[in-house]
Order: sequence, then C-alpha cells, then structure tokens
Amino acid sequence: MTAALAVLYGVLAFMVIGAIIAVETRDLLSSVLCLGAVGFGLAMADLLLGAPDLALTQVVVEIFAVVLLIRTILIREDTTKEFIRDTPHVAFMGAVLMAILLGTYFCFQQMTAFGDPPMIMGLGYIREAASAGAMNLVTAVLLDFRAYDTLGEATVIFAAVLGCYALLRTSGRKQEQQ
Amino acid sequence: MKGMTLIVKTMTSLLFGCVLLFVFYVILTGHLTPGGGFSGGVICAAGMLLVILAFGADAVKERVGHRWAILWETLGAIGFLSVAVIGFIAGAFFAQFLTPSLQFKLSAAGSIPFSNLAIGLKVGAGLFGAFLMLAAFREGEKADRDSGEGDQ
Amino acid sequence: MHATLPYVLCAIMFMIGLYAIAVKKNIIKVIVGVIVIHHAINLLLVLVGYRTPLTGEPIAPIITGVTGPAGASGGVDELLSQAVDPVPQALVLTAIVIGLSVVALMVVMAVRLHEKYGTFDMTEISQLKG
Repeated sequence: MTAALAVLYGVLAFMVIGAIIAVETRDLLSSVLCLGAVGFGLAMADLLLGAPDLALTQVVVEIFAVVLLIRTILIREDTTKEFIRDTPHVAFMGAVLMAILLGTYFCFQQMTAFGDPPMIMGLGYIREAASAGAMNLVTAVLLDFRAYDTLGEATVIFAAVLGCYALLRTSGRKQEQQ
Repeated sequence: MKGMTLIVKTMTSLLFGCVLLFVFYVILTGHLTPGGGFSGGVICAAGMLLVILAFGADAVKERVGHRWAILWETLGAIGFLSVAVIGFIAGAFFAQFLTPSLQFKLSAAGSIPFSNLAIGLKVGAGLFGAFLMLAAFREGEKADRDSGEGDQ
Repeated sequence: MHATLPYVLCAIMFMIGLYAIAVKKNIIKVIVGVIVIHHAINLLLVLVGYRTPLTGEPIAPIITGVTGPAGASGGVDELLSQAVDPVPQALVLTAIVIGLSVVALMVVMAVRLHEKYGTFDMTEISQLKG
C-alpha cells in the first residue's frame, strides 16, 4: 500500500468518525461543527483523488451550509424534550441497517475494483476535446457534451430558491381570525 | 440581525472588492483552469454572506433589496437559455456558435465562457437572495399588506 | 480487500446518515443526517472514477501540454492512458450545488415550523394539530 493510498484511507476514516460524532452528540452546535469537519475532510479527499474543481466548490459550500445551520440554532430557544431513548425502535433500525450494509458489501464485489474504472464515455470525451475547445475537460463535459444536464440543474436550483422565497414571504398572508 | 463592530465593517468593505475580483477570475477562466460557473457562483454567494454578517441583514435589505437578487437570478437563467437557443444558428440546440480551438486563451472554447458567466450569475444571485430572506426574517412578523392586495 | 475497502467506508457513512434520519427526533439532527448522506454519495461517485497513476500524483483531467514541445506531459495521449475519469466529476459538481440549495430549503422549512409550533421536536409537532 503506497503512502498516498494510506493518507486517503486516513482521511476516509476521519470522515466516518466525524459523521458518527455529528449524529450522536447531544449539543446541536457541536454536531453542526463536526459536520463542517466532515465536509472539509471530503474536500481533502477530493484533492487526493485528482478533482481540484470539486475541492474548491466543496470548501465554500460547506462553509455556507454551516453558517446557515448555526443561524437557525443560535437565535431560537429550543424546547426539545430531553433524550427519551426508544430502545426497541433503535434496535430494529440498527438491525435493518446492518443487513443492508452486508448486502452492499456483496454488491461491491461485483463492481470494478478501486483504481480501474471502465471509462466507457470518458475516453471518448478526452479524444474529442478539441471539438469543445476547453482545456479543462470537466467544464467541457459539463457545458458542451452534457449541457442538458446543466440546464436541468439550473432549473432545480431555481425551483429551490423560489421555494425559499415563497416560504419566507411576509406580505399577502391572511391574518389569523382568532 | 445586527451588524458587527467598526473594525469588522472596515475590513469587510476593503476585502469585498478582492473577493469579487477572485470570483470574476474563477468564472472567466473556467475553461482553462479548475473552476467554472458553479464554483464562481458559490464563492460570490459566500462573499455576499460576509457582507450580510458584517453589516446586518436589515441594512443590506434596505440598500439592496431582494428584488435585485431575483432580477439578477432571472437574467442569468435567461442568459443560459439564450446561449442554448442561439446555438440553433450552428445547427442544433446547445451547439457552439463560435469556433472552438484548443489554445490557452480566453477567446478559445467557443461559446463556453458565455455559459459560464450566465451560470455564475444565476447561482450567486439565487443563493444570496435565499440567505438574505432567511437572515432578515423575524418571528411573528405580521403581514404588511395594504387593503388592496388580498391573497396573491 | 483493497479493491472494495473505500466503497465500504462510503456505505458505512451512508448508513450513519440513514440512521440519523430514521431515529432522531430533532429536526436539526435530521438535516445533519441528510447532509451526511450527500457527502457519502458524492464521495462514492468520485471514488468510482479514480484511476491509479503509474507514478506519483493522480492526473486531473486538464490538458496542460498543448503549447509545449511535442510529446510533453499533460497532452491528450497521456490523459487517455492515465487521467482520472472526467464524467463523474462533472456530475458531482452539479450535485454539490444542488445539495446546498436543498439544505437551504430544509432550513427555511425548519424555521417556519419553529415559528408556528415553538419547538424543533418532531413528536410534538406531529401531535399538535394546526
């Protein structure tokens, strides 16, 4: 196992431990900060896997998400009931998830090995790079060879932002008749 | 949401120009170096997030209302669609209408820089508008409507 | 075992997020679980497209050798044999930004629920009517 691969496994283990802490800890602020650590770990893994676009975007998106979540936690008082553990429910969900995990292990045996992708369309896109004219092949794939997917993505972001506007409007609501 | 101290406000007004310069660099050279429309758009939204946090959401909402954000976002969406439709000149939907060539220049790569600009504008303005509405939201605010508006 | 170990770690992270959505009662914890699932899926897609390089660092899919001497490193031929797959990276780039918009929408919904019911607890909200 080379040193680069060992560093990659270390970053992945860091992400898994961060996810466990983010989900289990009782304090909401700590869990949101651990979530930020998971996102930064993902950005480091993107750099180690040869995807600099993704690392750049992931860092900024993670900061934005953490600020959004902290904004809702700190300004509201929280009256969540304390920690009533429903043990049969938790045990059942744990057993179901373990079974699904075992199933995915057998599915991954059928996939191609890590480090040897089939690259059915990737090779074609690299060969036709001159017809797109962009030296950054990810941009060429995103905006020339697969521009329909980008159009769909622009529509989804538009719909989500319109949903935010519609939920936060303060004019035009009916007054409650008490 | 209130603003922060005078030191933070001064530093933010000095730094915001640098952030916008970096955003233009990432968007315009998206076809040569890592980056592109999406990365530039979210960095722009994060820079405006800095301004909202430093100056307070109410002050920003008065000077730059959310109508500007909606306007820029729809202009970005229309720009992206018009790049697609103008491709009909070259024969197909989304075809490139300027000739692409594989060189290290801004004018290479056909119509990709226009797409990058439109996408960056759309993503940046959209996320900025959503966060501005969330930050300026106060619980229990009564509807401020005059008698003629009714239920739209 | 080395062939599938990174994929198994991704699956473990997905299960942690799914456990948070199914079991936790606080809305913020459910949003944290959804974000963990986003990270797990994006990581899995980038891992599938990785190609082990012959020497040193993985080669990103960016042509860097066009203006140099013929046969320079980073040209199209070297990318064909050693570069990382560009298609999963393009898909994940859009997925990251869509994930951010969906998280913003979920947070807005949580804020409105808190305004109406006064709590973030889902069992109380499902019992109160209107």
